[in-house]
Amino acid sequence: MRGASSAKWVAMAAVVALAATACGGDDDKDDKGGSSSGGGIVSASWTDPQKPIEPANVNEVQGGKVLDMIFTGLMEYDPKTAEAKPAMAESIETKDQQNFTIKVKKGWTFSNGEKVTAKSYVDAWNYGALIDNAQLSASFFQDIEGYADVHPEAEGAKAKAKTMSGLKLKDDYTFTVKLSKKFSTWPQHLGYKAFSPLPEAFFKEHDAWLKKPIGNGPYKVDSYKKGTGMKLSVNKTYAGEDKPVNKGVELKVYTDFNTAYNDVMAGNLDVIDDVPAGQLANVDSDMQGRYINQPAGIVQTITFPLYKKDSWGTKDAIKVRHGLSMAINREQITDKIFSKTRTPAKDYTSPVLKTGGYSEDICGEYCTYNPSKAKKLIEEGGGIPGGKMVLSSNVDTGSHKLWMDAVCNSINNVLGKKDACTVNPVGTFGDFRDQITKREMNGPFRAGWQMDYPLIDNFLTPLYKTKASSNDGEYSNKDFDKLLDQANAEPDTAKAIKLYQDAEKLLVKDMPSIPLWYQNGSAAYSDRVENVALNPFSVPVYQAISVK
Amino acid sequence: MGRYVIRRLLQMIPVFLGTTFIIFAMVYALGDPVAQMFGDRTPDPATVARMRHDLNLDKPLVTQYVLYMGNIFTGDFGEAFNGQKVTELMGEAFPTTLQLTLVAISLEIVLGIGLGLLSGLRRGKILDNVVLIGTLVVISIPVFVIGYLAQYFLAVKWNWVEPSVSADPTIDEMILPAFVLAGLSLAYVTRLTRTSIVENMRADYLRTAVAKGLPRRRVIGVHLLRNSLIPVVTFIGTDVGALMGGAIVTEGIFNIHGVGYQLLQGVVRRNSPTVVGFVTVLVLVFLLANLIVDLLYAVLDPRIRYA
Repeated sequence: MRGASSAKWVAMAAVVALAATACGGDDDKDDKGGSSSGGGIVSASWTDPQKPIEPANVNEVQGGKVLDMIFTGLMEYDPKTAEAKPAMAESIETKDQQNFTIKVKKGWTFSNGEKVTAKSYVDAWNYGALIDNAQLSASFFQDIEGYADVHPEAEGAKAKAKTMSGLKLKDDYTFTVKLSKKFSTWPQHLGYKAFSPLPEAFFKEHDAWLKKPIGNGPYKVDSYKKGTGMKLSVNKTYAGEDKPVNKGVELKVYTDFNTAYNDVMAGNLDVIDDVPAGQLANVDSDMQGRYINQPAGIVQTITFPLYKKDSWGTKDAIKVRHGLSMAINREQITDKIFSKTRTPAKDYTSPVLKTGGYSEDICGEYCTYNPSKAKKLIEEGGGIPGGKMVLSSNVDTGSHKLWMDAVCNSINNVLGKKDACTVNPVGTFGDFRDQITKREMNGPFRAGWQMDYPLIDNFLTPLYKTKASSNDGEYSNKDFDKLLDQANAEPDTAKAIKLYQDAEKLLVKDMPSIPLWYQNGSAAYSDRVENVALNPFSVPVYQAISVK
Repeated sequence: MGRYVIRRLLQMIPVFLGTTFIIFAMVYALGDPVAQMFGDRTPDPATVARMRHDLNLDKPLVTQYVLYMGNIFTGDFGEAFNGQKVTELMGEAFPTTLQLTLVAISLEIVLGIGLGLLSGLRRGKILDNVVLIGTLVVISIPVFVIGYLAQYFLAVKWNWVEPSVSADPTIDEMILPAFVLAGLSLAYVTRLTRTSIVENMRADYLRTAVAKGLPRRRVIGVHLLRNSLIPVVTFIGTDVGALMGGAIVTEGIFNIHGVGYQLLQGVVRRNSPTVVGFVTVLVLVFLLANLIVDLLYAVLDPRIRYA
């Protein structure tokens, strides 16, 4: 009976194997993620946010979608015009552009019944700014006086205070904000979700809150299963105007957006808000018009390491930079490589700003393809520093290798040389960012900027002001800084925008980076839903989607 | 036999420690996950320092590893990038993938061995040639092509099945993904079985069995098939591990939130607890699957004994 006794041992080893692999296979939770959602619920594609969903800790679009639905801040941005308008703010007043008195509307509640008061804002902002909480968007509070005490600059330094001295409660529905310096357009930042109010429950039962976030927005979270999806239903206590026309939203996590796309075609999913590149060729016939493709608040540029004083940082190099910009055939590249999902750039901002500072002719001829003049300018500037340039970017996402090759080809053709411009593909995004922050770049590199709020200031200050947080090329121009300061102190918005644009013109003159194109937001939807539109952040306006 | 099993189980401990360290070092080499979290924005040094401290990233590699292993022995596998416990993630991903793998392996066993047996017995006939050509085609087409084509035609065009698997998948939803996943191995199992059968058909013991006048069923079922299965069992055993960890493509296509998908997320987001945790369990699966295969030899072939 050898066979039988061996079989016994096999069985025992199998038991060990099963015990090891199936451990923790706990029973399902009650919320079964159903596949097709009926009854007025809109289903939409999603991927897991990279951090737990807290207003000041979300800096990417997937977590941002949820914040958009469950929070309403003091201001909000019009989904069509991107204009900032009051939402929960009764009034925001200032006399000196530095001290603001904010009155909060009464009658708003969080979805757990708690009242939204001035304290909900002050506590939330102090939480977001405090270094101990290590929030990704802490720097959004840096204009408020006392930020340096709660969030010291130096590594390893401890916070000197728990709250910012610039925030003061006046009564239940009024608080004052003192900024560290004049900033007239500051109230328009308040539509950014990092400035959302937070209920007491957030501070008292933090873990429970993270599992099921509670906000004051048009929707409330019914269930959230990490890695699988989130179900939201209409928040009945929502006091805002843009009440949802559907009964709820179901966000479904997809491993691959091609699958989500196929699900839309098969009628299994209603909205996909990022059409995969591989489907662009056939999206028109597949969706029969149910496809949106419009510029987003994202601009891609090539930034120069101006900290390399003897090569790219010289005076002559300005002409070379201008020449290189004119040597790039933007139209052809956006057409051929991106199937028109990028729009050639004409300035340093984005078309989503519309009346807020976008201009089609700020960059002018310097952003227009002109091979003969390009060659002339580069030669006048003494040619490419060192005779050769290497263009760097991470290549793990977004067809960066393809367009970099195209840009280099374009430049090489103009110069009539084979290897004047070559490409340096960096394996991962993390590595690429490491090299940039350590200032290790010897040649130009890709820089993408996604706006935080639809204001021209957001496209200029963080990127080009001397020593600004994301000024990776270390551009510095005193006149530029001065114009920005003037614009910030200017109470009249139209005049302020004009001053920002004047500053932008200096950028064109110095060209610390070459604007390439605006990235487009895309979405496709099933024939079950109507009124799908993208807001300035390229996120679908979920409230407005109606189910047939 | 018992001592043999115990010895093999004990041998797993150094293998386990070695692999976890290698994986840990490799994920560490991928670079810093913190800078990446800020996107194109340059992070402020204070926040970065705080995050690195919280994740123990400011300590040397060996210290990090010791801290990590210390936590593992108390049952704490750390947190994934989205703040979810890795043990929780495993509790969701492994059952899903196990389900997929079991369906795939069953297909391999039933169809693979069945087809292999049939074509082996009818060597040179039409059926044999059809099977040979069919498997050749499957072997030469990459998995993602088969996956996307199957999804497009069966789900989108003809609407026979759903294109993606739901959040709490049932066995019948898994059949199409399992077919795609098992396709390649199925072809190998078929060819392996066929070759083995053809070889053993000419063996002396088989001629003896036929000469003894045993019924055909017994000749084929007990004498021929059982002896032909040894290489096939080896292959299927190692395939269990490969299917569980290597289903990244299939899981991606059919939206299955299993081991492959979670591993990929861990790598993309540079989250070492996820990667090391999952790979550790996969290593155990491989080791145990190999042990079972070795023990199965003794069942199939009476000449093999373990002391």
